[in-house]
Amino acid sequence: MAVKTKTSTRIGVTILGWGIAVWLFFPIFWMFLTSFKNEIQAISTPPKLFFMPTLSSYAEVFERASYWHFTLNTVIVSVGATAIAIALAVPAAYSMAFLPSSRTRSTLLWMLSTRMLPPVGVLVPIYLLARNTHLLDTCTGLAIVDMLTNLPIIVWMLYTFFREVPAPILEAGRMDGASRWQEMTMVLLPLALPGIASTALLSLILCWNEAFWSLNLTSSHAAPLTAFIASFSSPEGLFFGKLSAASTLAVAPILVFGWISQKQLVRGLTFGAVK
Amino acid sequence: MATVELKNLRKTYLTEEIIKGISLSIEDREFVVFVGPSGCGKSTLLRMIAGLEDITSGDLLIDGQRVNDVEPGKRGLAMVFQSYALYPHMDVYKNMEFGLKLAGMPEAERREKIEHVARTLQLEPYLHHKPGQLSGGQRQRVAIGRAIVRNPKVFLFDEPLSNLDAALRGQMRVELSALHRKLGATTIYVTHDQVEAMTMADKIVVLQKGVVEQIGSPLELYHHPRNLFVARFIGSPPMNFFPAIFQGGDTTGSAVQLRDGSTLYVPVTSPGLLPGTKVTVGIRPEHVELAASGPNSGVVEVIERLGAITLVHVRMPDGQIIVVQMDGAVLTDVDTRVSLTLPPGNCHLFAPDGVAFEACHRHPLAA
Repeated sequence: MAVKTKTSTRIGVTILGWGIAVWLFFPIFWMFLTSFKNEIQAISTPPKLFFMPTLSSYAEVFERASYWHFTLNTVIVSVGATAIAIALAVPAAYSMAFLPSSRTRSTLLWMLSTRMLPPVGVLVPIYLLARNTHLLDTCTGLAIVDMLTNLPIIVWMLYTFFREVPAPILEAGRMDGASRWQEMTMVLLPLALPGIASTALLSLILCWNEAFWSLNLTSSHAAPLTAFIASFSSPEGLFFGKLSAASTLAVAPILVFGWISQKQLVRGLTFGAVK
Repeated sequence: MATVELKNLRKTYLTEEIIKGISLSIEDREFVVFVGPSGCGKSTLLRMIAGLEDITSGDLLIDGQRVNDVEPGKRGLAMVFQSYALYPHMDVYKNMEFGLKLAGMPEAERREKIEHVARTLQLEPYLHHKPGQLSGGQRQRVAIGRAIVRNPKVFLFDEPLSNLDAALRGQMRVELSALHRKLGATTIYVTHDQVEAMTMADKIVVLQKGVVEQIGSPLELYHHPRNLFVARFIGSPPMNFFPAIFQGGDTTGSAVQLRDGSTLYVPVTSPGLLPGTKVTVGIRPEHVELAASGPNSGVVEVIERLGAITLVHVRMPDGQIIVVQMDGAVLTDVDTRVSLTLPPGNCHLFAPDGVAFEACHRHPLAA
């Protein structure tokens, strides 16, 4: 009897899991499908599941905008912002994890609280700062803003990973004559590398998909893929075929990248939680 | 090789004082053990010597040099941690090489040293294994090897054997003693295990709540504990205690009356003590003698037969349990009434504040 209940529970959980997965994946699947329709099929009611696929939307998208220009900007901004954020977050998380003071806890909470403010609340000051420092519509400017937005989360994640490294190992390094810098680079970093990698991955994904600041701080020169998608949304009304093609092109690289590294990502995100 | 001197060392965390002014002098080649119950500050004291904890006040001298503000790696010490603290991402060879490399030793010299140490510790077959592939005992050896290879002035051990099982612990204890004789390096060893302290130490420092209770050779602590705490802490099973009333004394001994009315003439001096004062008589389990009848009688509650010795637990009329250790097997049975004889020469006497009275004669091995 008990075994039977267990089996039915397992089946139920499996169905629920698949249900949620399908529900979450459906928009992406529909976007992908729509990108191969012509504009008429894209807005037909009832929606068509089976149709003659066409690449016309892709062709038009490539004709109208320089996909590679936008992609390059996104790559520069994402990689740049992530690299700088990690470089700043490692020492910060190190000091919080291994040299905590009575205020470490509240500092961490304060850092996280900056994420709770809606970005639009600081839109005007950030815009003015960017304008006055001539960083409007530059990759540097966008990378700095992306980096700062993600820094709290990155510090938090690294802090959790570093906390998992037993302090005596670092102390052994210090007894062996390592300076703080050597202790960090030669002992801590190799041990925390999986955690750092998954943190960097998350930061990369967040930067890649970041739209609010991209749309407000860039126009043409430094516009990333999110702006590329947005450029297909309004001017001449909605063309769902082209919009879907542009969106597919924009999310494809990070989706593939995420898929390849999902093992690392899952390990990183559940690290500490399972122990 | 090196001497270590602690001068009124203190450590305060926030508002709480953890180490309350410890002064101690450690001679060259001496094996000193810090022992005490958990939370007594022994590990903190070791970490202060290592440089892993700041010293709030007082002076720490190594070879006569004040090193309070010297970086841990520059004090000429090596430490073996309880958790071994090996670098998990490096193999055994690299673990031992790390410190030498940082010190800028040339490659050939490093190799020679590591190979020599690996031979001493029988680690040669594992030089290219990662710590995760080694057993607890092997990891322990690597941790010791990593300390030895740096040729430090002083070795620091922080409960190095407490993660090992009993058999391996016994074996490593002997190996460490042998190693110390061979290397002749000054050693400071922290443990809560009094067997380790008794068997390995030249000098034991008993700590409690950040204060030194007594410093002395193992047998000195055993035969002449300075107070009730040390008397209770050193020796297993622990010393038995009887409440008593002081009656009077002179230079050859002191008379006390036990609860059952019998009088004991203990050879300790008790200057200035007023007759009628409540005192405590202490006697080790192996010194109590059992008799079929007589004064001081109680009922046998438990008998632990360990083969070579037998421990008889006797419940006294006041509810207290007295442990008697006998050689070999004992015929006594549970629930029989026995009488305890306390040979006065082996008794200790403690004042109401717990301090022991001076014995008239020192034990020959605890001079």
